Amino acid sequence: MLVRKLIPWLSRLLGGSLLLAANSAYAEYGLNLPQGVTEISREVYDLHMLIFWICVVIGAVVFGVMLYSIFHHRKSKGAKAAQFHESTTVEIIWTVVPILILVAMAIPATKTLLKMEDVANADITIKITGYQWKWRYDYLDQNFGFYSVLSTPREQIENTADKSEHYLREVDRPLVVPVGTKVRFLITSNDVIHAWGVPDLAIKKDAIPGFINEVWTLIETPGTYRGQCVELCGKDHGYMPVVVEAKSIEDYQLWVGEQQALALASTEDPDKVWTADELMAKGEQVYATNCAACHMAGGEGVPGAFPALKGSKIATGPIADHSNIVLHGKAGTAMAAFAAQLSDSELAAVITYERNAWGNNTGDSIQPSQVKAAR
Amino acid sequence: MSTATTHDAHHEHQPSGIMRWLTTTNHKDIGTLYLLFSLLMFFIGGAMAMIIRAELFQPGLQMVNPDFFNQMTTMHALVMIFGAVMPAFVGLANWLVPMMIGAPDMALPRMNNWSFWILPFAFLMLLATLFMPGGAPAGGWTLYPPLSLQTGMAFPFLIFAIHMMGMSSIMGAINVVVTIFNMRAPGMTFMKMPLFVWTWLITAYLLIATMPVLAGSVTMLLTDKFFNTSFFNAAGGGDPVMFQHIFWFFGHPEVYILILPAFGIVSQIIPTFARKPLFGYSSMVYATASIAFLSFIVWGHHMFTVGMPIKGELFYMYATMLIAVPTGVKVFNWVSTMWKGSMTFETPMLFAVAFVFLFTIGGFSGLMLAITPVDFQYQETYFVVAHFHYVLVTGAIFAIMAAVYYWIPKWTGNMYDEKLGKLHFWISCISVNVLFFPQHFLGLAGMPRRIPDYAVQFTEFNMISSIGGFVFGLSQLMFAYIVFKTIRGGAKATDQVWEGAHGLEWTLPSPPPYHSFTTAPEVK
Amino acid sequence: MTQAHGGYYVPHGSHWPIVGSVGLFTMLGGFAAFLNGASTIPMFIGLAIIIYMLFGWFGTVINESENGMYNDQVDKSFRWGMSWFIFSEVMFFAAFFGALYYAREFSVPWLGGEGAKGNANILWDNFSATWPLLQMPDMAKFDVPTAIIDAWQIPALNTLILLTSGVTVTWAHWGLKKNNRKQLISGLFVTVLLGVTFVGFQAYEYIHAYNDLNLKLSSGIYGSTFFMLTGFHGLHVTIGAIMLAVMLARSIKGHFTPEHHFAFEAASWYWHFVDVVWLGLFIFVYWL
Ligand code: HEA
Ligand code: HEA
Ligand code: HEC
Ligand code: CUA
Ligand SMILES: [Cu+2]
Repeated sequence: MLVRKLIPWLSRLLGGSLLLAANSAYAEYGLNLPQGVTEISREVYDLHMLIFWICVVIGAVVFGVMLYSIFHHRKSKGAKAAQFHESTTVEIIWTVVPILILVAMAIPATKTLLKMEDVANADITIKITGYQWKWRYDYLDQNFGFYSVLSTPREQIENTADKSEHYLREVDRPLVVPVGTKVRFLITSNDVIHAWGVPDLAIKKDAIPGFINEVWTLIETPGTYRGQCVELCGKDHGYMPVVVEAKSIEDYQLWVGEQQALALASTEDPDKVWTADELMAKGEQVYATNCAACHMAGGEGVPGAFPALKGSKIATGPIADHSNIVLHGKAGTAMAAFAAQLSDSELAAVITYERNAWGNNTGDSIQPSQVKAAR
Repeated sequence: MSTATTHDAHHEHQPSGIMRWLTTTNHKDIGTLYLLFSLLMFFIGGAMAMIIRAELFQPGLQMVNPDFFNQMTTMHALVMIFGAVMPAFVGLANWLVPMMIGAPDMALPRMNNWSFWILPFAFLMLLATLFMPGGAPAGGWTLYPPLSLQTGMAFPFLIFAIHMMGMSSIMGAINVVVTIFNMRAPGMTFMKMPLFVWTWLITAYLLIATMPVLAGSVTMLLTDKFFNTSFFNAAGGGDPVMFQHIFWFFGHPEVYILILPAFGIVSQIIPTFARKPLFGYSSMVYATASIAFLSFIVWGHHMFTVGMPIKGELFYMYATMLIAVPTGVKVFNWVSTMWKGSMTFETPMLFAVAFVFLFTIGGFSGLMLAITPVDFQYQETYFVVAHFHYVLVTGAIFAIMAAVYYWIPKWTGNMYDEKLGKLHFWISCISVNVLFFPQHFLGLAGMPRRIPDYAVQFTEFNMISSIGGFVFGLSQLMFAYIVFKTIRGGAKATDQVWEGAHGLEWTLPSPPPYHSFTTAPEVK
Repeated sequence: MTQAHGGYYVPHGSHWPIVGSVGLFTMLGGFAAFLNGASTIPMFIGLAIIIYMLFGWFGTVINESENGMYNDQVDKSFRWGMSWFIFSEVMFFAAFFGALYYAREFSVPWLGGEGAKGNANILWDNFSATWPLLQMPDMAKFDVPTAIIDAWQIPALNTLILLTSGVTVTWAHWGLKKNNRKQLISGLFVTVLLGVTFVGFQAYEYIHAYNDLNLKLSSGIYGSTFFMLTGFHGLHVTIGAIMLAVMLARSIKGHFTPEHHFAFEAASWYWHFVDVVWLGLFIFVYWL
């Protein structure tokens, strides 16, 4: 009969995949949790394996009994039905034994959890802010910060180019941290809820607008560790990677020096008058990284969700209204206040760009100094 | 359907045609409406799942844009939960509860009609959002603000559709409670009620207690968006996480709403085909009640990563783990019922046995998710998706299918095609595992849920999963075919239908008369 | 159209539910369209359909009841039904009380720098937690109230009014049970009057809050919880008062018997429920 042939097949399939999952700890298939690169991540891994094996054993017993009964207590084999239907003793046993098993799981889980939540005595603090759809990292002790944006080219996503090794898990500027140092992260968000997560560090924490979450890590080996935004945050939720580069302390110090120099160098002359071409060139670039996600590269927007800027009344109307919405956003919509995110020159550039690109031929432009005044 | 032919002589005033269905107050008619509606919604929600699986067949964007993908995810879940599974259970309750307790009909027949007829309108409203500028809601079925507040035109329609679904569920639940309290035949004491009735009674309480809370939470979303309140806005003293607390206070009991009646169904079917009384009847009742009670105090396990104070994390972890105990009692009782039985494996039994296996696997992954420090790794990954599809698809959906195969001979008077039924079972059972088992690996390897596109190392398992999905989806066409074929005709069913079946519903003719028990039976 | 089955009345077909569904759909769909900027007309059409349905549905039920078609078992079904409906209403209010509790115990203190998540204060350095919350973390976005409603003026009076009305409705019930029509009618009349007075005071208080105190729905979490809780309560008082007014009209028409008067009891249960919710409001919203 069909049934008889298929049941063992099915159980083999299930059993086989269970085994596969277990063995994969050693294989590089990426079937199991990574052990990671911190003490905590290894503890979490061990805990995971512990519960997993407990479940496998319980499953083996329960399913074993069931399968035995399915094969031997069937009518076609002449089995006569017994009529017992109660036994207080076994009921008590199978209530108490699971409780004991659960307690045995809860003890190590509690220990690990308490360790994870102990943020005291960190050496460096980095503030992480989620934006739709990028991360910002602020090194609070060293006074610099930057945005980190997906660097996978559009063509790869649209399948017109081959996908690179770290497709969707690569960024223009990774977060850099030193190894052997307790690093504390303050996680928050500027708009909707995001979550910052890196499996190799066993970290995942929501970034909640208006509140701050804390986590910490102490990475042992230098390397690049990748993760993604792990809370639905809108259209480009899948395109918001997290890349952490752990460097030796010396390399880290060097890097910090470079960043601080960079930050100094980029402070601009507020009174410089920009030419229209300069503004347009810079504007195109600012638009591509900050605005195109919603308003699309060609300014056509997404009907119903994100308005087109091409031919938009605001982007071709009075310049004051235009800069007002870009600077202050619009409450209750996805349009954020960019005054806090972009510099005067970037704002001037992107506004000018929008007023003159894609056939928006207003011909006018706005200077950084005017933006500054409008802030 | 069958009831059309059992048109009693003294019912000559009954309207015919469409008006009959629009105005009916008969529990069987309404049960049929619920079940057919649910089947339709299962197909609509399933079609959305097929779009999801097709897009995820390989990395890169091929079929849909990310925003539409999120709309599909959101709508798939809302349609499946509120449109397919819940109405299916209410439909079964309508058909079976009066027959099982020896009542003429549901206690409040007119309200029964209303609770059904709100649903098509609610889903019309929800599905209409797909065609609005800006599209359907795309913030996930959990509707977390501030993201959900960015929804465009669809937003108020979403909220009111949920309000309507809530009203329908509350009315349905009140009806079940009142029927069970007030309409039992003489001698049908509480501890003699079939387990399906018991589990539904407890489910009804979960519904009455939690649906209003859902209504409250979405009302706050509405006022936050349109009337400038700041429940979920830190700038005004509120907190986006507050929504999650209120939502999951509803949401967690909700998942037991989706499984307790399934427990009841399986507890009816296994004894029948094992030809042996259910093992541990009273412990089954107590276990169900304990699960329901615990379900109110574990909601925080969906929020381990929001940064709750440590005391909260520990409390929710311990409380959640405890649910494994009463659920275990149920599983052990089913196994003991099978033990030393005299089993046969007709289609309902096959689904019921598969339920016990596969639900338990889903329960195990649930238990793993309950361990807070490890949940940080699993949370919002495909491991969670695998978990809940095991409990929902191979749990709730399999139980519903088992129920349909089990009772459809009673409802229609015709036997279904056993060969086709078995074939449907085997294809479904294999493909559903191909569909969802690999998602465990994807999740462990770190693939987040709710993404339209993924890193290349996840490709193989996504392909396998999608193929399983397509096969599973297609095999459900078979289910629809079998059901309609049975409605149209087939071998005549006896009153008892199954050799080992016990209970009042099997004492009625197949199909049963329009009013199940015009004179109450005496239960000894 | 009617038939009794084993004594239990099972109505045969009714078009009121489908009318109700159409009304509900039109009203809520209309409201949603209005929120998106369309006109309010569909919404009011829907409301009208619902009112029509309520008249028709309850009219049928009243007729059936007055014609003695409901035996004790049917009566019991209604009782259970009403009780669980009220329970579901309790849970609806629980959601809003939960929000109030959460704001007071967690979110506001955290934003002000206290408690387990006090870090949040880094983002709002000028904010310190107080309750009632007369300043918000970001004052620019909200209407900042100058004061709140004093519990010991109108609210205290309203408490007294509602408590009294609970007594008068019980007195009316006693009248009904003794078949003392005069006591029934005058008791109900006073109850309805007290209910209307309550709603009037409440409206006056809202106007005062909006015009003089700048306390609005948009006054941060205090305004949100204050108006949503008292607003939904006020709505329920209005519904309860309408229910009692209908009972008054029916009593005048001579409906109800000392043994059979479920509708009256249902309305009075509802009224007591509204009363109890008010006590919660008075204590947690106005007083503490
Ligand atoms: C029918 C629906 C259903 C059911 C029954 C369950 C049952 C359980 N669920 Fe599940 N769950 C969902 C539907 C369901 N869940 C959904 C839809 C989500 C996701 C929502 C979203 O985010 O969109 C979710 C998410 C979810 C999470 C959050 C994950 C995350 O987002 O990070 C957690 C965490 O604790 C969890 C836990 C559990 C537990 C412990 C059970 C337990 O009830 C399971 C108990 C059963 C067993 C354990 C097996 C049988 C027992 C034995 C054989 C006894 C012996 C066993 C031991 C002692 C181990 N579930
Ligand atoms: C009861 C509830 C229920 C049910 C039955 C299902 C059934 C299915 N689900 Fe669903 N699912 C959820 C509840 C449910 N799901 C929830 C709550 C979420 C979370 C949403 C969120 O994140 O907000 C989710 C999310 C979810 C995801 C994750 C999406 C994401 O995170 O981006 C995926 C991906 O594979 C998925 C797949 C499926 C599939 C393939 C089925 C299949 O079982 C469906 C099978 C049925 C059919 C296919 C219909 C019948 C056949 C036809 C219509 C004929 C046509 C067939 C073909 C063309 C092949 N679901
Ligand atoms: C997260 C999505 C998102 C991003 C990123 C974004 N916008 Fe917008 N933008 C919107 C939405 C949504 C609106 C519509 C607001 C409304 O409803 O009025 C909008 C409106 C506008 C408008 C008014 C258009 C009109 O005709 O109404 C302008 C101008 C604008 N954005 C400019 C920008 C600029 C410049 C940037 C980048 C620096 C940007 N936007 C980035 C979502 C976004
Ligand atoms: Cu940011 Cu998801
Ligand atoms: Cu849960």
